[in-house]
Amino acid sequence: MFYREAGDFKTSYAADQQTFPIKSERWLFWAFIAIAFLVVPFFINDYWNKAVLMPLLIYAMAALGLNILTGYCGQVSLGTGGFMAVGAYACYKLMTAFPGMDMFSVVILSGFITAGVGLLFGIPSLRIKGFYLAVATLAAQFFLVWMFNKFAWFYNYSASGQITAPERTVFGIAVTGPSTTPWATYLFALTFVFVFGWVARNLTRGRLGRSWMAIRDMDIAAEIIGVSPLRAKLSAFGVSSFYIGMAGAMFFANYLGAIEVTEAFGIEKSFLVLFMVIIGGLGSILGSFLGAVFLVLLPVLLKNIMVGYLGWATDLAAHVQIMLIGGLIVFFLIAEPHGLAQLWRVTKEKLRLWPFPY
Amino acid sequence: MNMHYSSAGGAHRDNLAKGETLLQVDNISLSFGGVKAIQDVSFDIKKGEIRAIIGPNGAGKTSMLNVINGFYHPQEGTITFRGKERRRMRPHVAAQQGISRTFQNIALFKGMSVLDNIMTGRMTLQKRNMLWHALWHGPAQMEELEHRAAVEKIIDFLEIEAIRKTPSGRLPYGLQKRVELGRALAAEPALLLLDEPMAGMNLEEKEDMSRFILDVNHQFGTTIALIEHDMGVVMDLSDRVMVLDYGRKIGDGTPDDVRKNRDVIDAYLGVSHDD
Repeated sequence: MFYREAGDFKTSYAADQQTFPIKSERWLFWAFIAIAFLVVPFFINDYWNKAVLMPLLIYAMAALGLNILTGYCGQVSLGTGGFMAVGAYACYKLMTAFPGMDMFSVVILSGFITAGVGLLFGIPSLRIKGFYLAVATLAAQFFLVWMFNKFAWFYNYSASGQITAPERTVFGIAVTGPSTTPWATYLFALTFVFVFGWVARNLTRGRLGRSWMAIRDMDIAAEIIGVSPLRAKLSAFGVSSFYIGMAGAMFFANYLGAIEVTEAFGIEKSFLVLFMVIIGGLGSILGSFLGAVFLVLLPVLLKNIMVGYLGWATDLAAHVQIMLIGGLIVFFLIAEPHGLAQLWRVTKEKLRLWPFPY
Repeated sequence: MNMHYSSAGGAHRDNLAKGETLLQVDNISLSFGGVKAIQDVSFDIKKGEIRAIIGPNGAGKTSMLNVINGFYHPQEGTITFRGKERRRMRPHVAAQQGISRTFQNIALFKGMSVLDNIMTGRMTLQKRNMLWHALWHGPAQMEELEHRAAVEKIIDFLEIEAIRKTPSGRLPYGLQKRVELGRALAAEPALLLLDEPMAGMNLEEKEDMSRFILDVNHQFGTTIALIEHDMGVVMDLSDRVMVLDYGRKIGDGTPDDVRKNRDVIDAYLGVSHDD
């Protein structure tokens, strides 16, 4: 009823190709963005920022990156945690080496450094595929974490082995360090996710995105059509690591402020982001966000219900929460193996015809 | 219907006149370990013709196509395409030089829409790099729209307007074959290789596909090499036919010559129904 394409005619290919072809959908999207940018910062408090919004945005960024590699290009990676660590440590080294640099540049440069490392670990993908590649990226995960522990240069020889973000600003407002305000870090992360979410959409809808998807769907046919596997796979690794690196940098600098690599960027991070991508929907930008929403918000919600509402003991709630989330993952994957994004797509197809079945 | 390729991108134009040699294959031998797939085969493809390669199963027809578009590297022999000799080449380089093909068992990108599949065919003609695509608005979008217009012409030509947004994996077999032809055509190839374009089709679909192949040849002037088992189709469509058997060439010439060739009758055609 409220979601109609009747009367919404396209008279040019440009109009036909736009991201939200249906008017109501376009309005919904921009209203949502306007609320996120203009309304939320006035009501945000420390709890919402730290427990909900920052992890949501940062994991969405990491999921975007992994979705480009795994969802669009079909290269399974278990190295996400390792690449996030590269982003975090690159960020730390840049912040301490160039104290005058503003935080925007730091995060973007960290992304580029991670992209370089990602390219390096992407080279095996030219030879090996599928599960074997996953194992190779697993090696990246363990190697990178080991490296950041082993060489004290990476954590500036600090006694604890931790890295701690000094205060850095954007337009004179602190976004890292102890004296940040919730709205500042939130807006900082939101800007990154919005801009690079849009960039991800642009990259995936054009020639480059098609070359990735061609490699994913049938690599031999792709090559015979004129896709260079080397360029397609390495560009996917590069772009993907760029996103994951920025996510790692923000995870460290804006979100936690201080981290220890084994604890923050272990293998469970890799799996968590992979689950987000699978549950959200492989090969879908929206899916990356939905996956992050699902796996970040649900635990918080369940905890609040069980501890806050029902008054259960915290440890009991924690265990029940793990079981519930596991169960829900299985349920959603059975209900829709192509993820939440596909569920949304099917819902839209149904809404289009509602209230008629067809 | 008078159609031309768009001016977008660099179509694979060459200054060869119709009837000149487009592809020359000399003394190709290909073996996999002890299996000799192709033995000392030479033939040529002239510009503008429809060239059929026939032969019993396992004769080396598909291997020959794979050699032509660089997927297999023959141990001996040379291939000269548009006057340039080449020995080893990756398939995507062959694609850039203007060779495109369809596959025996459909090789569409199943997760992509029909439109995206055919757009992928124009991969080699698109030039904008990643940074322009990240921005999208501006050069990247202009280029996409130009190529979209060219692709829409192919969609019109193949009469698949209604399914352009459908994921190709959902389509019935006959339509998938047609989309695959569209994807190969989108590259504006100088040489189009069709590996059993009519396998598994019913009579009506075969008639449609034959008509499309002839139209491609007539309207675009595209040179076509095709493998097909339906002798009626092969004899009607093609200008010249090459016959392979156990990796050797046993016949080459016009359909009439080949039909009368004793070796070909013994190896493949059997006794002609007309006699």
